[in-house]
Amino acid sequence: MSQELQVKTMAECLANGEVPEVLFWVGCAGSFDDRAKKITKAIAKILQHCQVSFAILGGEESCTGDPAKRAGNEFLFQMMAMQNIAVLNGYEVKKIVTGCPHCFNTLKNEYPQLGGTYEVVHHTQLINQLISEGRITIKDGGEFKGKRITFHDPCYLGRGNNIYDAPRELLSTLDAELVEMKRSKANGLCCGAGGAQMFKEAEPGNKEVNVERTEDAIEAKASVIATGCPFCNTMMTDGVKHFEKESEMVVRDIAELIANAADL
Amino acid sequence: MLAQVLFLVLLAVASYFAFKRFQFIKRNINLGHDVQVGGDKSERWKTMFRVALGQGKMFNRPIAAILHLFVYVGFIIINIEVIEILIDGLFGTHRVLSFLGPLYSFLIGSFEILAILVLVGVFAFLARRNILKLKRFHMREMTAWPKNDANIILIAEIFIMSAFLIMNASDLLLQEMNSDHYHKVGAYPVSQFIAPMLSGLSEGSLIFIERFTWWFHIIAIFCFIVYLTYSKHLHIILAFPNTWYSKLEPAGTFNNLESVTREVKLMLDPNADPYAAAPATEGPQRFGAKDIFDLNWVHLMNAYSCTECGRCTSSCPANQTGKLLSPRKIMMDTRDRMEEVGRAMDANGGEWKEDGKSLIRDYITEEELWACTSCNACTESCPVNINPLEIIVDLRRYLIMEESKSPDSITVMFNNIENNGAPWAFAASDRDNWRNS
Repeated sequence: MSQELQVKTMAECLANGEVPEVLFWVGCAGSFDDRAKKITKAIAKILQHCQVSFAILGGEESCTGDPAKRAGNEFLFQMMAMQNIAVLNGYEVKKIVTGCPHCFNTLKNEYPQLGGTYEVVHHTQLINQLISEGRITIKDGGEFKGKRITFHDPCYLGRGNNIYDAPRELLSTLDAELVEMKRSKANGLCCGAGGAQMFKEAEPGNKEVNVERTEDAIEAKASVIATGCPFCNTMMTDGVKHFEKESEMVVRDIAELIANAADL
Repeated sequence: MLAQVLFLVLLAVASYFAFKRFQFIKRNINLGHDVQVGGDKSERWKTMFRVALGQGKMFNRPIAAILHLFVYVGFIIINIEVIEILIDGLFGTHRVLSFLGPLYSFLIGSFEILAILVLVGVFAFLARRNILKLKRFHMREMTAWPKNDANIILIAEIFIMSAFLIMNASDLLLQEMNSDHYHKVGAYPVSQFIAPMLSGLSEGSLIFIERFTWWFHIIAIFCFIVYLTYSKHLHIILAFPNTWYSKLEPAGTFNNLESVTREVKLMLDPNADPYAAAPATEGPQRFGAKDIFDLNWVHLMNAYSCTECGRCTSSCPANQTGKLLSPRKIMMDTRDRMEEVGRAMDANGGEWKEDGKSLIRDYITEEELWACTSCNACTESCPVNINPLEIIVDLRRYLIMEESKSPDSITVMFNNIENNGAPWAFAASDRDNWRNS
């Protein structure tokens, strides 16, 4: 029952005199990375299916400045932040849903002091709310029914913002077996991409962080690694490839699992 | 009388040296710049009670937590005994608190049981360090002094607790002999089993043992108070202010540098007045941190609060995968540099003379800094809420904003963000292409 995706930009809405309730902050990975675009579409499909009134910024969206800030470039971060805040305030945005925990953290925690105060939620929180309101029905777990699913906590969602339950509640709506890795929640191990590591070679060491983390998932005998972050997704996918386990394990964003199970 | 004078002199000497050291440490901490520590005060008290007093975060590793609890509770409770020793020592009394009657017996009895638990804890800790050789106690920063420091404290604890128990055992025997000054008082659930080993001795020998262990016990405690200030063991005091001042915002939040905000506003806002006077609370002149002076005083207090347990390092993804970074070393380096600066200042009449060194490079290398994923595993695992991540980020800020020094790929990422609004070189107009793909 795939509906055709119809996503408007804030500019298009403004031209039509519409005021969307929620801004969907897609993020750079979600906009440009081919794998992450699928997550973006899954989120958009869910929002559209639930008739959430939403729009994107499209070409008016810019990097939040997160990787610049973590790498120490406070100038660049604040330049990006102030430009973005000018755009967001210009559209009188009240509520933002992000597809990425890094954008989420930055918009929620670091923008208010610079003049950008919004209600910011991560997509797992919003989708969880939509399910609890009964606005989306999980059919029968979709293709992941009965599979062992483990959730890899993104650092900036978990430790960074203490959100551990929303993603797990979402996964529990799937007709699947939820297993925890030996390191999870507050003790979860990073995927290795944060702090601007995504954009550089790792420093010399004896192992890649994503390989270490993928071992946890293999040990948990998971057949699906669920994530809530496009960078974790990339890192874990690479980890699975490293062990040549592509036929036994898949890496999916929670939004993709839900969209699949709801047959969107 | 002579004994009382000697006691007073020893007390005064120990207090003097401890006081000097605490002044030195306080001055060093204040070398950091000021920082607004806002937020809900009741939240801060709660954090302190939960994390420091209640040992809340210790229990993430239950074995170490229980052993540590023995030593911690033992330390706090047995200090009531030290009050009595101080009064006895200064006024020439013997077991002055014994007028408390049954309560006194209860107190002495519980001190003895705690003393045994402390010994259990201490022996287990020694075994974990030296026989089981737990990995986090044998990393590259844990050689020489840091390694010896831990063992010295543990061995000192054994001596102090043993002296306390032997003192009680000889006192008990003297009480049974109806010896002068040794009136019947107290309960001795543990030392009653040590007493038989001393039972053949004469009254004179027993008095000698009782007096010797009494003096040994208190002199060891005096030494310990001074030693503490040179040691990682300072955490027994600083854990409390350290948790009180710890970050209340979500861990993912990094502070926004106000000095940068001013500059960026001047750049972006056509109405900004470039000649406007800088606000009175002018911050440091440098962006980010090159040396300890550029960190804030809470960071520096963090460094003195670190007990080098290594939980941060053992949970750090970079360290676990063989990278050079160790969050514990970041804290130890910060403290070592502070001590170096402090000593140089003292040698120079309290004034700082540039020594050509800095925290960055001379202590912490760029390779360590660039290995951090900013995942907050270190801050999460620290039992006293130390924040190595903020120091790492402040040092990175210095590298980037003062020296424009970053790995090439990071420079590319910066350029992409600046030119394309994304960390990759894609056109902004392609952002919504996913809608049609």
